[in-house]
Amino acid sequence: MIRLEKRPQPSRAWSMATPLVAVLATMVMGGLLFATLGKNPVEAIRTIFWEPLFGEFAFYYRPQLLVKGAPLVLIAIGLSLGFRAGIWNIGAEGQYIIGALTGAGVGLAFYPMESWIIFPLMVLAGAFGGWAWAMIPAVLKTRFGTNEILVSLMLVYVAEQLLASMSLGLMKNPEGFGFPGSRNLQQYDSAHNAELIAGTGMHWGVVAALIAVIFSYVLLNRHMLGYHIRLTGEAPRAAKFAGVKPARLILFCLGASGALAGLAGMFEVSGPSGQVSIDFNVGYGFTAIIVAFLGRLHPVGILLAGALMALTYIGGDIAQGNLGLPSAAIQVFQGMLLFFLLALDLLTNYRIAIGKPEVA
Amino acid sequence: MKLTKLLAGAAVALGLAAGGALAQDTTKVGFVYVGPVGDGGWTYEHDQARLAVEKEFGDKVETVYVENVAEGPDAERVITQMALQGADLIFTTSFGYMDPTINVAKKFPNVKFEHATGYKRAENVSTYSARFYEGRAVQGTIAGRMTESNIVGYIGSYPIPEVIRGINSAYIHAKKVNPDVQFKIVWAFTWFDPAKEADAAKVLIEQGADVILQHTDSTAPQAAAQAAGNVITFGQASDMAEYAPKPRVSSIIDNWAPYYIARTKAVMDGTWSSVDTWDGIGPGMVGIGEISDAVPAEVKAEALALKDAMASGEYHPFTGPLKKQDGSDFLAEGETADDGTLAGMNFYVEGIEGSIPE
Amino acid sequence: MDLSAINPVLLIASLMVAATPLLLAAIGELVVEKSGVLNLGVEGMMIVGAIAGFAAAVETGSPLLGFVAAAIAGALLSLLFVIMTQVALANQVASGLALTLFGLGLSALMGQKYVGVKPPQMGRIDIPVLSDLPVFGRVLFGHDVVLYFGIALTAAVWAVLKYSRVGLILRAVGENHDAAHALGYKVVKIRTLAILFGGACAGLGGAYISLIRVPQWTEGMTAGIGWIALALVVFASWKPWRALLGAYLFGGVTVVQLNLQAAGVAIPVEYLAMSPYLITILVLVILSADKSSAPASLGRSFHASR
Repeated sequence: MIRLEKRPQPSRAWSMATPLVAVLATMVMGGLLFATLGKNPVEAIRTIFWEPLFGEFAFYYRPQLLVKGAPLVLIAIGLSLGFRAGIWNIGAEGQYIIGALTGAGVGLAFYPMESWIIFPLMVLAGAFGGWAWAMIPAVLKTRFGTNEILVSLMLVYVAEQLLASMSLGLMKNPEGFGFPGSRNLQQYDSAHNAELIAGTGMHWGVVAALIAVIFSYVLLNRHMLGYHIRLTGEAPRAAKFAGVKPARLILFCLGASGALAGLAGMFEVSGPSGQVSIDFNVGYGFTAIIVAFLGRLHPVGILLAGALMALTYIGGDIAQGNLGLPSAAIQVFQGMLLFFLLALDLLTNYRIAIGKPEVA
Repeated sequence: MKLTKLLAGAAVALGLAAGGALAQDTTKVGFVYVGPVGDGGWTYEHDQARLAVEKEFGDKVETVYVENVAEGPDAERVITQMALQGADLIFTTSFGYMDPTINVAKKFPNVKFEHATGYKRAENVSTYSARFYEGRAVQGTIAGRMTESNIVGYIGSYPIPEVIRGINSAYIHAKKVNPDVQFKIVWAFTWFDPAKEADAAKVLIEQGADVILQHTDSTAPQAAAQAAGNVITFGQASDMAEYAPKPRVSSIIDNWAPYYIARTKAVMDGTWSSVDTWDGIGPGMVGIGEISDAVPAEVKAEALALKDAMASGEYHPFTGPLKKQDGSDFLAEGETADDGTLAGMNFYVEGIEGSIPE
Repeated sequence: MDLSAINPVLLIASLMVAATPLLLAAIGELVVEKSGVLNLGVEGMMIVGAIAGFAAAVETGSPLLGFVAAAIAGALLSLLFVIMTQVALANQVASGLALTLFGLGLSALMGQKYVGVKPPQMGRIDIPVLSDLPVFGRVLFGHDVVLYFGIALTAAVWAVLKYSRVGLILRAVGENHDAAHALGYKVVKIRTLAILFGGACAGLGGAYISLIRVPQWTEGMTAGIGWIALALVVFASWKPWRALLGAYLFGGVTVVQLNLQAAGVAIPVEYLAMSPYLITILVLVILSADKSSAPASLGRSFHASR
């Protein structure tokens, strides 16, 4: 008889070991999948995990990991604050879009003036846009008790329509021959979120993500507000007695996650992506939810989880190009990885016991 | 700048630099797709053309592709990846890949790039697109002749020049054969949402349309028309022959194969140069799917005559006199629209009701 | 502008079709959530149902067998969620999202052969006299059998939740799993069954899209309907009839906005396209005066040793 016994304390050793075990298990299962698709499994796994980091062209892929991972981490850090307190912002994708629109909007409004002040203004505008978009579910929740999951999710679709409208109308490049999409901010120096050191992939968004990780760590571990967040999530009743004001917490958590998502959108639109276009958003806001949980809502964990997700994206694209794997196989592979990471987390809190349960 | 050097250095080290293909036995051709190859429309047809390239050249060519590549940084990374891995020629098949293609092309001067539907070119970047509006003229003619309610429904994706051009071309030719014709236009505001396309088709049919033209790629409108009964449709992107002979009476087929084969050949022969290609029915880039028996013989003959006139270049679908929707002059008697005007078309011609959303 | 072109009878008939996949998936998820489990994998289960149903219908030539296969496939995929959340006690939100990612990939792999294939057609039920009745005939009696099944399922779920012992147990488990456990109910088993039911319903909803509403197979064809279904459950405050109302409202707003466009109403199209979502939010705010809340154990893992 195999059963689970709760550990008195989460096992530190297992919490370190489970991610490794999960990745190994995914390699085995993923290998089987690739083999059934008629590909060399060892080659496929090596391409996904090894090629971006240490392969022949790693000098190019390593910086790309930062470019791909930074928005994920930045958004996930914000989301994790709310998730810890049981406040569910599912609409980061929408806040990301709005942040990009407001940020780019400020930049485009100044075109073609060159000044050092433009970029900081864009950063502020991006954060404000995301914050304001997240304030809609926050205020509706505190005022009317409306469910924030639903409102924030609905607002994603609204934001997508706004994005399309902006790409086709207000923000359309006047020199673009009528094609949709804004001017390319990469070609507008004052608004360009360029690489800080060329060839490293390090842009302001990466810096912001790292700062967010540190701030969130300090907030959660050293600050009263962080304590309230954790308390509300773990013991809502105790939080009430401790004098936590739920409304304030909701406004803070949704606002912070919105602002960070907005920043991520703004850094993306002014840097790697360059322009507002109909299909600007690529699902970072949703992927970041997974990243937040993979990182167990812990700042450092989120950093690692974001890097891992970025790795599978980049490695997956390489495997597609080199080995002819369909992108669907990569998706299934990513799904497996998530399943194993989440499922094996069990071993941190429980031990598998064999035999009859002790009489309590 | 350092990265550029590094990348260029890597390319040289790999022997991709001098003369490219001449030194190699096989030519490597990369394809970057915006959707899945299983989308049954835009990406599917590009992939069919890739397979045609493989079939044409056999062992002498190696093709690679990456599907579902988002526009923006992902595209730039994937294009770079292909160049690094030794591709000699890379087709980037979505408008949104324009700037990424140009960026990567700067770093790999010896790799040839082909960007679909864009307008930015360079020494090693060509652009290509298809004159789908020629096909729309054929559809418009059939639609104008066949409609009994005089209402033609049109499902648009986004109001971009490509789509507006198609609406205008179809309208001009429907009006020419049927002065009473009226167009009802519905914008789906999505590239891809079969359920919404089905709804849009149903709505148009319910409001009296008995011809449905679509600028979205799914067969959902075909099925809706079939269920409704006496409605005709046209295949879009692919032939959609499974709905022939009715509701689907003809189609516009994206046929990239001849172009892809020719360009691959040019790289092999070392004759590749940067060009701006905008081909229509004549060179075969725009295919007109077989006109089914549901269309009366004289209408079919008329449509085919129009097709031949456009193929031979003796007729241009945008020939004056034409006015814009607001009544201002567009083209004088006998004048034809130049490619610049067509490429950026953002107005309806006279007679179409409603406004283009902005 | 020509509003007279809009035929209200046809509008209602087509909004019923537009609402059915939403309704099927939402009713399934409602039962899952009533048992205290939040499965965000609806989109993934729907799309796997869509391809499984499509493939089965094409291979056997029978749309009905297709629907059966879709339900089984949806349930099988949800079994993965059971293993994750009920056995391995993983976080439900993350597991659900992973399930959607997995399902999207899996469906694309399964569907490679079926692009551009036309499925067998599902006939409408044409009851000779009734469907010819003016107005009501077309709205009430001119649909396919699955649409009626969706409405019947709503009624059945409502009745079971409200009046039967099974419903009582289900709600007890959802409200307070520890108490339910103490009373001797098998929490994990009950939740497992609820999740499987939800998976089957989502599968049916997916197949309704690929076999009736569209009908064709293309990758990613559910295009977010699973997410809307999730939202509907909250919108309905976990009440089956409200889920029906919500599905019709949502489907209705979409169909109405397309109708207004075709009639040439001069409202900017992108704002019309936003309207279903904005109106949902608005209705939600109005309905939030109703204090009936979520099942108390929603989203929390249960382990007997606690």
